Amino acid sequence: MSVMNKVLDQYNSRVYKNRKEHMVDVNSNDKNEIAANVRTIPGIITQRGCCYAGCKGVVVGPIKDAFIITHGPIGCAYYSWGTRRHKAKKGEGEDNYLQYCFSTDLQEPDIVFGGEKKLKQAINEAMDLFHPKTIMICSTCPVGLIGDDIHAVAKWAEKEYGIKCIAFSCEGYKGVSQSAGHHIANNQLIKYVIGEGDRKITNKFAINVLGEYNIGGDGWETERLLKRCGYEVVSTFTGGAKMDDIANAHQANLSVVQCHRSINYIAELIETKYGIPWMKVNFVGVEATIESLRNMAKFFNDPELTARAEAVIADELDNIEQDMAYYKSKLKGKTAAIYVGGSRAHHYQFLLNDLGVHTVLAGYEFGHREEYEGREVIPFVKPDADSKNIESITVEPDKEKFHVYLSEEDLNKLKEEKLIDYYSGMVKDMKDGTYMVDDLNHFETEEFLKLLKPDIFFSGIKDKYVAQKGGTLSRQLHSYDYSGPYSCFRGAVNFARDIAMGIYTPAWSYVKAPWKTAPILEGTIGGVQ
Amino acid sequence: MLDYTTKETYERSALRVNPAKTCQPVGAMYAALGVHECMPHSHGSQGCCAFHRMFLTRHFKDPAMASTSSFTEGASVFGGGTNLKTAAKNIFDIYNPKIIAVHTTCLSETIGDDLNSFIQDIDVPEGKYMVHCNTPSYYGSHITGFSNMVAGFIRYLSKSSGKKNGKVAILPGFVNPGDMREMKRIAKEMGVSYSMLPDTSGVMDSPMTGKFELYPKGGTTVEEIIALGDSSQTIAFGKFASEVPAEALSKKCNVPYKLLPLPIGIGRTDEYIMALQSYTKVAVPYSIEEERGQLVDILIDIHPYTYNKKVAIFGDPDTVLSIAEFVLEMGMIPKYLVTGTPGDAFEKTAEELFVKFGVEGCKAKAFGDLFELHQWIKEESVDLLIGGTHGKYIARAEDIPFVRAGFPIIDRYIHSYMPLVGYKGGMRLAELIANALMDRQDRDAAEEDFEMVM
Repeated sequence: MSVMNKVLDQYNSRVYKNRKEHMVDVNSNDKNEIAANVRTIPGIITQRGCCYAGCKGVVVGPIKDAFIITHGPIGCAYYSWGTRRHKAKKGEGEDNYLQYCFSTDLQEPDIVFGGEKKLKQAINEAMDLFHPKTIMICSTCPVGLIGDDIHAVAKWAEKEYGIKCIAFSCEGYKGVSQSAGHHIANNQLIKYVIGEGDRKITNKFAINVLGEYNIGGDGWETERLLKRCGYEVVSTFTGGAKMDDIANAHQANLSVVQCHRSINYIAELIETKYGIPWMKVNFVGVEATIESLRNMAKFFNDPELTARAEAVIADELDNIEQDMAYYKSKLKGKTAAIYVGGSRAHHYQFLLNDLGVHTVLAGYEFGHREEYEGREVIPFVKPDADSKNIESITVEPDKEKFHVYLSEEDLNKLKEEKLIDYYSGMVKDMKDGTYMVDDLNHFETEEFLKLLKPDIFFSGIKDKYVAQKGGTLSRQLHSYDYSGPYSCFRGAVNFARDIAMGIYTPAWSYVKAPWKTAPILEGTIGGVQ
Repeated sequence: MLDYTTKETYERSALRVNPAKTCQPVGAMYAALGVHECMPHSHGSQGCCAFHRMFLTRHFKDPAMASTSSFTEGASVFGGGTNLKTAAKNIFDIYNPKIIAVHTTCLSETIGDDLNSFIQDIDVPEGKYMVHCNTPSYYGSHITGFSNMVAGFIRYLSKSSGKKNGKVAILPGFVNPGDMREMKRIAKEMGVSYSMLPDTSGVMDSPMTGKFELYPKGGTTVEEIIALGDSSQTIAFGKFASEVPAEALSKKCNVPYKLLPLPIGIGRTDEYIMALQSYTKVAVPYSIEEERGQLVDILIDIHPYTYNKKVAIFGDPDTVLSIAEFVLEMGMIPKYLVTGTPGDAFEKTAEELFVKFGVEGCKAKAFGDLFELHQWIKEESVDLLIGGTHGKYIARAEDIPFVRAGFPIIDRYIHSYMPLVGYKGGMRLAELIANALMDRQDRDAAEEDFEMVM
C-alpha cells in the first residue's frame, strides 16, 4: 500500500473521500490534479488561518506608515502585533507604526448597539495622538455580522481630516483560509492607492517587487541584489514599504512576482490598467536567483544590464561558494518535507536542491490549484460558493498612465516562452514518487512524518514542536525561527547554516537516557559474570 | 523606539493602543489543555484557533493542540450547529480524546449559537464527554476565558456523591506549568491530598522522548474533575481567574472555598501554607520553614540593591497584584500597576496594598494599556519594569531594566518551567530582579567604580 493510502485509510469514509482529493502521488505521466482552496472539514486540526490574517497580517500589515486600526474585540489586533517579522526601517521624515497595535477593543454594548461610533472616535483619537497620513480599517468577524459600515466611516475620515482612509472588509469567516484576505487587500490597494503617486522615475529598469514581505529582511537582501544589477525598485509589496511606494507602482516597467498567491491579483490588474507585464521570479535558492536575474535581464534586453547582472552573479557566487560547499557536504542526501504558505513550499525546494536535500513531500496551507499545477489550470477551476463571495474586480486601461516597455511582438515572444504572465506551479519541479498534500492537517503531518521519515520538516509554529517531539528537526518557514534573511545568495548561506545547526545540535543524541538500553540487573550466575 | 508616545495625558475612550490583554478564547484553550486527554475546540472561524495555538505555542515552546469548527460565511448566516456536529464526529473519530471542551468566539456569540442545545443534540460516544463554556471576546479578557472554561468543566462534570474524599481542590489560576508543579509540591510537602484543575504540567512542559503524544501524561483527568464535587475544600488562587469556578463548585456541590491571592512572595505564600495547615491541623514541616527562611534571608541580603527602587508592573490582574506585594516586601515601590483586564477589584486591591505598606504616589489601572503605562513612565520614570514580552519596547525606549514575568513571554525560553509561586518561586523572582538591577549598576558604572565584589 502506498504511503498516501496508509494515511488515508485511517479516516472514516466521508473524510477519506474529501482528503483523497487533496493528495497527489506525483507522477509525471499523470495530470497530478489536486483539490485546493476549498473548505477544511470542521473538527480537522488544520494549520490554516482566516481572512483577517491574510489581509491585515499578510498584505497590508507590513506597510510601515499605514496606521491600521483593527475594528473588533481585542484578540485579532493583539495576535497580529509584531508576530510576523515583516521588518521595516523608519527613514528620514517617514512614519513607521509597526511597533504599535491599534484596536477599537469592542465591548459588549458596542456589539449590541453597533461599533461605528466607537470607530469614528478611535479615528479622532488616532489623529490627535499620531497624526497619520493614512489610516486603514480592518474588520473582524463580529463587525461584519452587526453590519458596521466601515467604508462609510472611511469616507467620513477622508473628508473630515483630509487623509487617506481605506476600509478592508476582511472578516475572518470569509473564504476558506488566509487567501480570501489577500484578495480583499489586493482589491483595495488597486482601487485606492496604486496609480496615485507622481514620484519622478528616470531609470528605465524600474521594477515592482510583488509578494515580498521582508520577513527576516528577505526583501532588503533582494533589493540590495537588484540595485547592484542596476534596477530601481519602485515598490515592494509590501515588506518595508511605505504608502508612497505603492502609490507609484504604476510607473515601473516590469513587476516581478515572488509570492504568486498573495499578490497575483495586483500583478494582473496593474498589467491591464497600466501596461506593466509581470514575471514570476524566485529569489529563494542560488540557482533560482540566478535564473530569475537572467530572465529579468532578458525582458529588459539591454546588453549593459545583462553584462552587469552576470558580473553580479559571478561576484555573489564567488562570495558564498566556499560556505555553500561546506554546508552541502554536511547536508547532502538528507530529505525534507515542506508545508507552508502559498509559495514557499515551492520556492524552498530550489534552495534545498542547491544543498543536495531532496524534498519528499510538499504542500500549501492556502494555495490554489495554480500554485500546484500551474496557471494553465485556471480555466478549469470551478468557482464555489466560498470563492464567489469574494469580490473580483476588473479594471480598464488608464489612458494617461498606460505605458509599454516592449513591443507587442517582443512581449508575445516572452509570453510564448512562459517568462511573462505565467507561473508553472510546484508539481513540475517535483520528482516522481514524491507527494503533494494540500491543507496538510495535524493527523496527516504525524502520519507522513512517521512513514516518510524526512530529516527536516519545514512548517510553522503550530506543528514545529509536534515534529520535534517526535524526533524530527523542524524549522519554521513562516518566521524563519527568528533568523534570516534567507533570500538570494547570502540568504542561502544563512539558511544552510541554520539547517546544519539544527541537524547537528548535540542535544538530539541525548533523547534516549542511557538506562533505557542498559540492563537493570547486574549479577553472577553460577559464579560467572 | 515607540517614538509616537508622548507624556502629555490624553483621555482616550475608543482607541486601544498596545493592549495589555487579549481575548477570552485563548484563556479557555489554555485551561482545556490542562485536562488529560482533552481536545480544546474553538467554535468559530479557523483564524481564532490558529492565532490561539500560535500564541500558546510561542509562550510555552510546546505543541498547543486544538480543533476548530472552521466557520465559513454560510455557517455565519445559518448558525454553526452543523459545523459543531461534524466537528465532534471527526474529533472523536480521528483524535479520540476522552473529552472535547468547546469554547465560543465573538463570531458564534454574535450570531447567538446555543451551545447547550447543540451539545445535547450531538451523539457523544459512550464513556466520552463534551462540555462547553461561553467566551465572547468582547467581554473581559483571556483571564475571564480561562476562568469560564474551568467553571465549565465543573458545571458539566463535578458531582457530589454525598461522601467527602478528603481532598483539597486546588484551582491554580492562570499560571505556568512550573507554578502548578510548585503549588502541588507544597501541598504534598504539607501532607495534603489534592486535585488540581486545570493542571497543564506534563502537558505544556512535556519532556522530549522522541515520540509525540497528542495527549501527554499530564492534565487533570475527567474522573478527578467529577470527584472535585467530593472535595472537602477548595483553595482558589486569584480572584480574577479562580473565583467564578470556585463559586461554581460551591454552588453545585457544596464545597466551601478559600479565595487566596496567587502565592507569589512571602506573605501570600504564607497564606497558602496557613490555609493548608488549617486543613491538616498539623505542624508545618521544617522543609517548608527552611525554604521560607531562605527567602527571607535572601531579601535581607539583597536589600541594598532593591530598597526604594521604583517598579512598573503590567500583565494579568492576579499576577500583577501578587508581584506588587512581593516587591513591596522587598522594600521596592510599585509605582505603576497596569492590567488590560477590566474589573474594579484590581484597583481596589492595589490601593489596599499601597496603604498596607505605606507607599505613596503609586497608581493602578485596570482596563488599561501599555501606551498609557509608557506615558506614565515618561512623566515620571521607574527603575525597573516587570511584565510580559510586549514590555521590551518600553524598556528599550526608556532604557529601563526589564524582568520578564507572567503571560505572554514569547521572546525567551525556559520561563514556563520555572515557578514564580511559593518560596522557591520567590527566590527565583528575587534573583531575576536583583540581577536586572545589579547588571544595570555594572553597565552604568564608571570604570573606576566598577566593583569586583557587590
